[in-house]
Amino acid sequence: MEWEVVIGLEVHAQLNTASKIFCGCSTAFGAAPNTQTCPVCLALPGALPVLNAAAVDKAIALGLAVNAQINKRSVFARKNYFYPDLPKGYQISQYELPIVGKGTLTIALPDGREKLVGITRAHLEEDAGKSLHEAFSGQTGIDLNRAGTPLLEIVSEPDMRSPAEAVAYLKKLHALVRYLDVCDGNMQEGSFRCDANVSLRRPGAPFGTRAEVKNLNSFRFLEKAIEYEMERQQDILESGGKIVQETRLFDANKGETRSMRSKEEANDYRYFPDPDLLPLVFDEARIGAVRAALPELPDAKRDRFMQQYGLPAYDAGVLTASRAVADYYETVAVGVDAKMAANWVMGDLLGALNKAGLEMEGCPVAAEKLRILLQRIGDQTISGKIAKDIFELIFAEGGEVDAIIDSRGLRQITDSGAIAGLIDEIIAANPQQVADYRGGKDKLLAFFVGQVMKASKGKANPDQVNASLREKLKAGSQ
Amino acid sequence: MAFDAEAVIRTAHLARISLPAAEVAAVAEQLERIMEMVEALRNVPTEGVGSMAHPLDLEQPLRPDIAQNSDRREALMQNAPAARDGLFLVPKVIE
Amino acid sequence: MDLSEASLRELRDALRSRRVSARELARFYLDRVAAHNPALNAFITITEAEALAAATAADGRLAAGEEGALLGIPMAHKDIFCTEGVRTTCASRMLEQFIAPYNATVVERLRAAGMVMLGKLNMDEFAMGSSNETSHFGAVRNPWDLQRVPGGSSGGSAAAVAARLVPAATGTDTGGSIRQPAALCGVTGIKPTYGRVSRYGMIAFASSLDQGGPLAKTAEDCALLLEAMAGHDPRDATSHPEAAGTFAATLDAPLKGLRVGVPEEFFGAGLDPEVAAAVEAGIRILAAQGAVIKPIHLSNNAHAVSTYYVLAPAEASSNLARFDGVRYTYRAAGVEDLTDLYQRSRYEGFGAEVRRRILIGTYVLSAGYYDAYYLKAQQVRSLIREDFRQAFAEVDVIVGPTTPTAAFALGDKAQDPVAMYLADIYTIAVNLAGIPAMSIPCGFTAGGLPIGMQLMGNYFTDGLLLNVAHRFQQETDWHRQRPALASAKG
Repeated sequence: MEWEVVIGLEVHAQLNTASKIFCGCSTAFGAAPNTQTCPVCLALPGALPVLNAAAVDKAIALGLAVNAQINKRSVFARKNYFYPDLPKGYQISQYELPIVGKGTLTIALPDGREKLVGITRAHLEEDAGKSLHEAFSGQTGIDLNRAGTPLLEIVSEPDMRSPAEAVAYLKKLHALVRYLDVCDGNMQEGSFRCDANVSLRRPGAPFGTRAEVKNLNSFRFLEKAIEYEMERQQDILESGGKIVQETRLFDANKGETRSMRSKEEANDYRYFPDPDLLPLVFDEARIGAVRAALPELPDAKRDRFMQQYGLPAYDAGVLTASRAVADYYETVAVGVDAKMAANWVMGDLLGALNKAGLEMEGCPVAAEKLRILLQRIGDQTISGKIAKDIFELIFAEGGEVDAIIDSRGLRQITDSGAIAGLIDEIIAANPQQVADYRGGKDKLLAFFVGQVMKASKGKANPDQVNASLREKLKAGSQ
Repeated sequence: MAFDAEAVIRTAHLARISLPAAEVAAVAEQLERIMEMVEALRNVPTEGVGSMAHPLDLEQPLRPDIAQNSDRREALMQNAPAARDGLFLVPKVIE
Repeated sequence: MDLSEASLRELRDALRSRRVSARELARFYLDRVAAHNPALNAFITITEAEALAAATAADGRLAAGEEGALLGIPMAHKDIFCTEGVRTTCASRMLEQFIAPYNATVVERLRAAGMVMLGKLNMDEFAMGSSNETSHFGAVRNPWDLQRVPGGSSGGSAAAVAARLVPAATGTDTGGSIRQPAALCGVTGIKPTYGRVSRYGMIAFASSLDQGGPLAKTAEDCALLLEAMAGHDPRDATSHPEAAGTFAATLDAPLKGLRVGVPEEFFGAGLDPEVAAAVEAGIRILAAQGAVIKPIHLSNNAHAVSTYYVLAPAEASSNLARFDGVRYTYRAAGVEDLTDLYQRSRYEGFGAEVRRRILIGTYVLSAGYYDAYYLKAQQVRSLIREDFRQAFAEVDVIVGPTTPTAAFALGDKAQDPVAMYLADIYTIAVNLAGIPAMSIPCGFTAGGLPIGMQLMGNYFTDGLLLNVAHRFQQETDWHRQRPALASAKG
């Protein structure tokens, strides 16, 4: 009998506010250690937290985007434990009454179907600092610049049934937080982190005991960690053993998870309402203001792309997977054939970015330039082939489309007399192939097209070349 | 009895306070006496009574999102028992 | 003019008319501190140089024509308020060397008003105590009897004012820590409505109960001090938006028709007859001024101490977790590993009473006990507040004893925590509810120890309490009595 994997994800998204959640320190990444700290985030005696309004609004935005219940009254609680990068000896979090309640997220499965994943809750809390274990021998260095950075912890229901589903959910959520501009989504810098609760069961049976795997800072790691856990747990279960409920750390180098005993012993967190912070209460107007400022969300945008641009579902999905790509596409598609624009963005552009290891944010070809390039195809100034050469050139070296066309003499030849002259030369120079063609070898047409295009340095209009060649070759055979 | 030696040791560990073995019994006795006093609460009828976390019936004030603190690392770290290169130091943490 | 007996208003007039300079005044009080502090141990840190510099600055402001009720007047802070550049110990070994890099809001406000800080006052460690015996820097002596406690936790503040080492001091009150020492030392002190005085920079004991306030010789002085201390602080989320108030202007309002509630529960078993008699006499003085006396009930006051010893330690156990030996506190020597660093630093850095309360608080919040203790105590807290709500529907102020007895002997209760906790039986309910209350001198025992009368008011009636206290002090001179020590030359 098969095992079914049951997966729930806990995602920590750093909210991209300018200042920390409870003090006026900057949240910028990469500053010298402890230079972005103050009495509040260092937990000096007598220092008190004051909540950042932007963190609240960003939490509401995420809640609205996953169709969740927004709790107009929520409470901050203290999660008590000792760790050197946790200055107060407790983390301010939300426990019984989180700001965001139950919601849902629709994910696309690899087979094209859609699945609804439940969101249990999302709550505001503060990030811890960083422990640097490698800096000094025998000592750990503590940098508290990150301490107090706002986090939104988004907890899913245990609704995912395969590593691919988990990855699809995480990708969707990742796209969503960036769409909403609530989190920069930088997984390498830890702005978007994921823990996975993984268990196995026989289909239909109650949930099994789960392991919580931490430190999954890429989609690939999530997939590998779940796969590893599935194997590990299956081995244990099938040899008659029992899964221990525990926290495990994913080791990316070894591709395995291992138990974190240190975290286990102190799991009595003694939550209680933080007496330094009053209940967070807001009215419908605050929610309304956030709602009014919400950008178009991925699902709605995908539907609109299908409607407005007549794109197939696949294209619309790829183009709306990130807000940056969607915005880019929409800039390109103005006055350009929509499907051609889609092919270019999905194929040439994303391919080139991928090859160069770049994100859309660092794209060297502005959308306006690609639009001009495609317009030059549309108005027959250049051929598609020339356009690809120009694209590669601009991607690598920059430059303006029209200037390159002019300076390099790439303007397409559409003068039928000139094209006819070229064709005549090629026919005259290849009597054997002409004879073969006329003898029935139709496939040789491509040879002639190629020769003509080569003679024109690629500038001849291929459609015209094609039509004219057929005509002339046919005429001669009669 | 709420506070036997085992409970004292467990609680002291949660609170990260070492208690010399010789002190455990005396501490347990004192804590037990305090808890006896507290136990009286069990007899107060509170069914349907709301819990009061705070004396103020006010809402959380919100702060505008402005990063305004300047770098005061030197002053803020002047009391550090161990520090180097702008980092607080503790004995190596093993995860 | 006897500078040590002068009221703040008289000192201000003297400063304004140049009969005395701020520097002379600071010098005068610094000399008194030097003469008497060795016997009292009221100060942990004396900041003579800073005080004289601040006094000189105040003289400059006075010369420039600036007028301020407190400009140039000396004072001292309870060592729980952070003071930039001056060590702030909270009377703990844990913070013995701690130099705060910032000022508490209260410190900032009084500094801005031109007050001259003479130093930092002794207290029970982390404000946990009712006798000032838990201080890492040694017990404070009661100026009326050096073998007796001054009360706590603001014992240094009360003793310093009683001995006329300062004309004014700050204190904090979590379960009676301003009122109880004020009563035991024969001075006047007010615990304002929760939210009046910013807690920013005031080292937290129990955040939902702590409130700073002044101790001085008279209600009038307290009113002037509170006006300067109170005010909304955006750095404290529990600071009330309408925290500011004017209290001096209404001090003289007549008491005719004032409805005074006397809770029967405050006059039962355990109340010393001498204290009872003095407070009853005090109530008659209010009645003589036209107040209407009504018996009332605060039936849940019996549960106040138990409730408090769940909630205050719970909050404290968490508030004191930051004292971990990592960033600025005491760190034990020769630690083996991180756990050893935490456990020994916290064992060695905290005294026995603080450790005891951290353990109680940790226990009542731990898995399996939260509902039975913490949640239950929060419900009883609701009941206690409800008692006051009902009482204040019928009366304007509530009057009773501040403490069950006058000052007890040093060491008397030091070995019995529960007996010590019961010293606050009349003061704790006020903090649980968050209402304002004050203690004013109302008599002496046959043995010559001061007795305090407590006035409690509804939320934000701090001004009314000060008014009642001031009128009382117009009719009595208990607050003008001074201990023999304070009269000695020096």
